[in-house]
Amino acid sequence: MAFLEIHEVHKSYGHNEVLKGVSLNVERHEVVCLIGASGSGKSTLLRCVNALEEISSGDIRIDGDTVSGAGVDLNALRRDVGIVFQSYNLFPHMSVLENVTLGPTRIEGLPKKEARERAMALLESVGMAEKAQAYPDNLSGGQQQRVAIVRALAMQPRVMLLDEITAALDPELVGDVLEIVRKLAEGGLTMLLATHEMGFAKEVASQVCFLDKGSICERGSAQDIFENPREERTQQFLSRVVKSGRL
Amino acid sequence: MTASELVSEEIQPGPAPSRPRPVTPLAAGGLLFSVVGIGLMVWAASQLRDYNHGALAATVVGAVLVVVSLYPLWPILRSFAAARERGALLRDDKLVLARRASAAGREEAQIAMGYAAAIVIVAGLLLVAFANSGGIAQTFFTSSAWRQSFPQMIRAFWTNIWVSAVAQVLVLAFGLLLAIMRMLPGRAGAPLRLIALVYCDIFRAIPAIVTILLIVFGIPLAFPTTAHWPPVWLGILALTMTYSAYVAEVYRAGLSSIHPSQSAAARSLGLSYTQTLRTVLVPQAIRRVIPPLLNDFISLQKDTALLSTAAIAEVVLTSKLWEAQLFNLSPVTLAAAFFIIITLPQARFVDYLIDRDARRRGH
Repeated sequence: MAFLEIHEVHKSYGHNEVLKGVSLNVERHEVVCLIGASGSGKSTLLRCVNALEEISSGDIRIDGDTVSGAGVDLNALRRDVGIVFQSYNLFPHMSVLENVTLGPTRIEGLPKKEARERAMALLESVGMAEKAQAYPDNLSGGQQQRVAIVRALAMQPRVMLLDEITAALDPELVGDVLEIVRKLAEGGLTMLLATHEMGFAKEVASQVCFLDKGSICERGSAQDIFENPREERTQQFLSRVVKSGRL
Repeated sequence: MTASELVSEEIQPGPAPSRPRPVTPLAAGGLLFSVVGIGLMVWAASQLRDYNHGALAATVVGAVLVVVSLYPLWPILRSFAAARERGALLRDDKLVLARRASAAGREEAQIAMGYAAAIVIVAGLLLVAFANSGGIAQTFFTSSAWRQSFPQMIRAFWTNIWVSAVAQVLVLAFGLLLAIMRMLPGRAGAPLRLIALVYCDIFRAIPAIVTILLIVFGIPLAFPTTAHWPPVWLGILALTMTYSAYVAEVYRAGLSSIHPSQSAAARSLGLSYTQTLRTVLVPQAIRRVIPPLLNDFISLQKDTALLSTAAIAEVVLTSKLWEAQLFNLSPVTLAAAFFIIITLPQARFVDYLIDRDARRRGH
């Protein structure tokens, strides 16, 4: 039994079926990369896992417990499942430190002092400690994204979902953010990430899934997918990526 | 005909160098306008002095106004100097310098005209005030009437101030409650959403003065136990009920202007719907709606005057009593002045809040 099990998940917006029966297992300490064109359903799948979107049918289980459908304590689920968004989504009216301590103090009920210590340690580890009092609008995109990662980590999630977290960054800022993710992967954090950074996926992924039009077209080790794609659609997608210079 | 032929020398000759535009006519116009302004101001000052029977203060004010009205002569002088310079430079064939002198001279003439226009307006207003042997001044600005009524007026105005302050606090709370009711999610929230919607529709439709009459006169009749409640509190209730409906709309606009990604980020941390509202959505919404909120508050402040119809002794009622006693509208003008004086700092205060918020967020 895998740690995160996604079983036959369907998701429709009206008549538009975005996910057409996706099944995927993520083991503990595994890093699974979702690749695929825009609109292939990567983001939607991630948003379904922590219930920001309701699934139309299927089943999502964490540690054997079903976390989709009615009656699930979503707030508890989301404490276990952290997500980082493409557009950072920091709270602009709070300082960096307040952004990071909001979850631990409000949800875990951690005393302010301990929450600050935890936050400062995490900010230190991503090189953002000296910006603790700054407001998000004063930070670069890369800095904001590092804070957003820390904000999610501060809840000590058991699995992290990363939704194209470098897609909105200037090219020279991508490296800093990916370096953090690399460290998290080495530290054994279970992660499910959607990405356009093929080189990075190749390097950290224990499993790569190629999504096409709402279903998983091909999956395998990074080597299998990038070196020896079997499916024609995967080959086409990768050749387009190569042409655009991203692999 | 090909494209290159279109732009050939013969069809499109090179542009002629632009000539400096003339300065003297503009300067002369400015001079004429300034002289008219000065003349009007001298006339207005003499009227001011005559009306006050040659009192020293009026003479001094008049003199200052006349001196100020002389100001446009200075740029006019420089404009004429520039006109002369332009002519000299043109004779020397220094086209570029002549153009610059011309531009500077024309600008000076225009500055003079701008000031002269303001002087004509001020002098004109003064002359209107003293026309009809001081009819306007007498009706609206009789200083003896101000002196007589001032002590009572300022005490009455205190009522307007605290009534609006209390009502504003209540409106802030009740309006937010209504706004949140209107945004409750799901089928469970539907009945409350409907109630809030109906409330806002009804109380925005009823003129404030009607609500005030119904509440202040009606509540004591309907509930005899409230008969000896001070009517001013019922007035506050009526104003709160009316303005909450408006403010709820302002809040709602603020809340719905916040991008859904903020809500998603908060929920993804595990915050509940209520926690998300309280820590993420409402604080951001309030910052955004401060200017429109303050507009509504200024409006509320002015509408405290409507309490006069319910025989509550606020400043407008008091001014009307004085008006009846003195057969003079100056006390009412005084009430207007009071409202102006307390409104202006509030407008500046909002500007300050907006600036501070922008600075803190680094804009």
